Amino acid sequence: MSWSMVAFSAFSTIAIISSIFVILKKNPVSSAFSLILVFFSFAGLYAVMGAHLVAALQIMVYTGAIMVLFVFVIMLLNADTPVLDLKESGGLFKAITTFGVIGLLGILLKTVLRAKEIQATGNLTEDKINELGGNFKVISEALFTDYSFHFELASFLLLGAIVATVALAKRKSLKGSSV
Amino acid sequence: MTEVMVEPWMLLVVAMIVFAIGLLGVILRKNLLVMLMCVELMLNAVNLSFVAFSRMHQTLQGDITVLFVMTVAAAESAVGLGLIIAMFRTLKTVDSDQIQMLRD
Repeated sequence: MSWSMVAFSAFSTIAIISSIFVILKKNPVSSAFSLILVFFSFAGLYAVMGAHLVAALQIMVYTGAIMVLFVFVIMLLNADTPVLDLKESGGLFKAITTFGVIGLLGILLKTVLRAKEIQATGNLTEDKINELGGNFKVISEALFTDYSFHFELASFLLLGAIVATVALAKRKSLKGSSV
Repeated sequence: MTEVMVEPWMLLVVAMIVFAIGLLGVILRKNLLVMLMCVELMLNAVNLSFVAFSRMHQTLQGDITVLFVMTVAAAESAVGLGLIIAMFRTLKTVDSDQIQMLRD
């Protein structure tokens, strides 16, 4: 087996097992740390596929920013009550849920099986990207030329998110406030 | 000894499994923080499949889309956590079954 295959098997096993832990752990802090493990192994999978920029940003954005925010909020709310809080629900809801997830899995599996028939439309193979200066350079050039409008739109989205979060967090209480 | 290389469809299988686990978490758990974490899990699975399809088509558009999805995910988790904090101030709980203020 090649080294990339070994790395792929290890990372995908870690990703699947710890994502099961995310939904089964009783303590939210344990869920958060399992989720960090999932993000790290996803970064490894991106690196195996040669998407180096995405792998670096995965670690920086997800484990560096988003998960710190999550752990901070868990600490702030002191919500680490160790109960496995599954929803109490009727048999009908459980049946619908099970059939829904199985049906979705079937549709996804059909997509995966048909994905083998996809023909390559572009010409950016692994060697071509290396010849053009590497994954980082090619993506950055596309981002600042073809996708510069979308890039600016993303900055507006982040600005809106900042304003909304500050407005939500500054408010005293939802009940009895005139806003 | 034959060399077994990593094919993009293998990543699609991993993404499918992780997406289903995240969906089950959103449906089954009551803790709002864990539900938000499972939404992040589903977003990550979609990102992985974007990269896999990008490799199949031999373009880099999927990689660029992943960057924008990461931006949206960061904004979404910030606003979601702000909402959870506001809800905790009012109701003193992060249980999604306790949100029934419209009923009163």
